[in-house]
Amino acid sequence: MNKDQSVQDMTDTMAKFTSYIGKRLPTDVKDKLAELRTFETNPLAKAVYTSMADNQEAADKLDRPSCQDTGVIQYFIKAGAKFPLLGELEEILRNATQGATRMGPLRHNAVETFDENNTGTNTGTNIPWLDWEIVPDDDGATIDVYMAGGGCTLPGKATVLMPGEGYEGVTDFVFDVITSRGVNACPPLLVGIGVSTSAETAARLSKRAILREVGSRNANENAALMEKLLEEGLNEVGIGPQGLTGANSVMGVNIESSARHPSTIGVAVSTGCWAHRRGKIRFNADLSYEIISHKGAVL
Amino acid sequence: MTKKILSTPIKDEDLEGLNVGDVVYLTGHLVTCRDVAHRRLIELKRELPVDIRGGAIFHAGPIVRKKDDGKFEMVSIGPTTSMRMEKFERQFIKETGVKLIVGKGGMGPETMAGCKEHKAVHAIFPGGCAVLAATQVEEIERAEWQDLGMPETLWVNRVREFGPLIISIDTKGNNLIEQNKAVFNEKKKPAIDRIKSQVRFIK
Repeated sequence: MNKDQSVQDMTDTMAKFTSYIGKRLPTDVKDKLAELRTFETNPLAKAVYTSMADNQEAADKLDRPSCQDTGVIQYFIKAGAKFPLLGELEEILRNATQGATRMGPLRHNAVETFDENNTGTNTGTNIPWLDWEIVPDDDGATIDVYMAGGGCTLPGKATVLMPGEGYEGVTDFVFDVITSRGVNACPPLLVGIGVSTSAETAARLSKRAILREVGSRNANENAALMEKLLEEGLNEVGIGPQGLTGANSVMGVNIESSARHPSTIGVAVSTGCWAHRRGKIRFNADLSYEIISHKGAVL
Repeated sequence: MTKKILSTPIKDEDLEGLNVGDVVYLTGHLVTCRDVAHRRLIELKRELPVDIRGGAIFHAGPIVRKKDDGKFEMVSIGPTTSMRMEKFERQFIKETGVKLIVGKGGMGPETMAGCKEHKAVHAIFPGGCAVLAATQVEEIERAEWQDLGMPETLWVNRVREFGPLIISIDTKGNNLIEQNKAVFNEKKKPAIDRIKSQVRFIK
């Protein structure tokens, strides 16, 4: 296959995949919501879960974006240094976003800042947003696509704590964000926490945390303990679906971390709404691919 | 249980018996109206291009498709975060005479005051359920202020039994989400204390 053809093929696949994930939830999220629904006794909470299930069924059947806010498109790329289209990926993903926008159709969600005009294509300055990780000695590429909707983006917050505040301060910060701004962000939420050195490193990690599977645990024992404690604690608050009170608050709590400066604890929270639209796809060097996030998906 | 259905134009007496937590449905007209439309009316003093006296607005920015015959098709329409309109809503209710505000999440004291003074209610449509909502739109009758782009255009929808709509602010000044938040704040204290005792990783 010549290079132009390869670029076109990968663009088509990514456009289809980006459109697909706006219509159907990933398997882990779908399973978790089905599980959480069974715990509800509050009539309003039950009514909302029924609407949610009806909605996903209708979206699948009618082949439409399940939520009207199809977000700003973000791609998190883990590319092998030897991936044949490494240099073309940015252009591929930009064109894939435009393709998905026509195909979905997706809502037009890219507003140029300062000029304050909607581009109408979901592409603009640095949008789609690309986050890169390069893997040495690898010739494949794994791409996470995320639809960053307005509602679930609004609670996002980062700060830098003093070490004296410790992980106790991290706990306060997380509860504050979730019980105030999280209530309006379409709970049950997937809560992503970055514990790191500065505001922007923590913020990036908190976003990576919500790309991790629901129910997975951090490899570090203390971090995993904190995930479990925060998940249980937030669920005790009983925010319920749409903040209408209920048996649970969250789908889960995922923490990602880095080492930190001895004088600082950077902490950030990102939230994914119940309609957590993300997808993971792995390309091999010959552009054959495997969809990891959605069991049985066919593009 | 029979469905409680509101029809536009909505009268004061249709709303007086409603309490927070009640579930209703809407038949009639529902106009999308969000950030910039509010700003244009309140701050820029521009007249709204749709008469919504006795009507209903939806804090929503839908996905709409133009069909071959030139008409618009509602593809996907769910609520957006209502709190963004809190700054404008009291004045908005006063100036427009709107009776039902549909959105997502809670609103604040200004909207509560507006609802009480002018007999209006705020209701929550389950967020994210945008295809469900679109199937309850019979037709898009008009589209105003299209210069604002797809999300911000005022889409005038004819709807049938649109819902569930959960009353979150009633005409008596009650606010469901604020009441819930007070409960959440009460419940979070013991949970936080317990967690803190177990995360003293800095020793």
